[in-house]
Amino acid sequence: MPAVTNNVFKALSDPTRRAIFEHLSRDGEQTVHALTHRAGVSQPAVSKHLTVLKRAKLVGHRREGRETHYNAQPQALAPLVDWMSQYGAFWRERFDQLENLLQRMDK
Amino acid sequence: MTDIATTRSLVIEREMPHPPEKIWRALTQGPLIAEWLMTNDFQPIVGHRFTFRATPVQNWNGIIDSEVLLVEPHTRLSYGWTSMGLETVVTWTLTPTAGGTLLRMEQSGFPSEEGANYKGAKYGWTSFIGKLEHVVGGLQ
Repeated sequence: MPAVTNNVFKALSDPTRRAIFEHLSRDGEQTVHALTHRAGVSQPAVSKHLTVLKRAKLVGHRREGRETHYNAQPQALAPLVDWMSQYGAFWRERFDQLENLLQRMDK
Repeated sequence: MTDIATTRSLVIEREMPHPPEKIWRALTQGPLIAEWLMTNDFQPIVGHRFTFRATPVQNWNGIIDSEVLLVEPHTRLSYGWTSMGLETVVTWTLTPTAGGTLLRMEQSGFPSEEGANYKGAKYGWTSFIGKLEHVVGGLQ
């Protein structure tokens, strides 16, 4: 599994980080202050979670004066939802097995 | 959730030198399905809920929750295919040909990237992401 995908899985395995990511997805960009207010954990803890989310490219940021605004980058989830290529290989293999079975059913 | 613009389909077709009746048996009899697809408790009855099970692999827990949606003997078979929060539908179509049968499998309902982003922004990722926990549990 590529390192980025692994980071995405790890980043989202934590419920607080998941909540932060969902919050940003739903309500648009926020400051650490606003996120701390919602998350129910300390500001340093929120900052730490944001660092993990940024490393997984799930969250981006934008500076405006003294404030940093964080935003969700849902396209980072793409590797996780690219099931089609995985299923393509899966079904081709199953088609082979089906043909194999049909041949045996002849006997 | 059935908005065409936000979903994609996977189609695989193959002509097989066997009559539709025989392929139909392989598609609808539990022990035969198990030989080429997965262990299951399938019944060819519309509305029947069942499960496919495979050996879990990295990135996938091997469990498919399903419900029979359509049964047209020797012609068409459709069932739900839900795995780790991703809801798709698998439809089999059997068309007789001179040399046997054209077998078509369509798996529909895959999120497109646009759809994923749209849903991510609009509905949140609770359902999909919630399931990731199980997956992550199996990762090193």
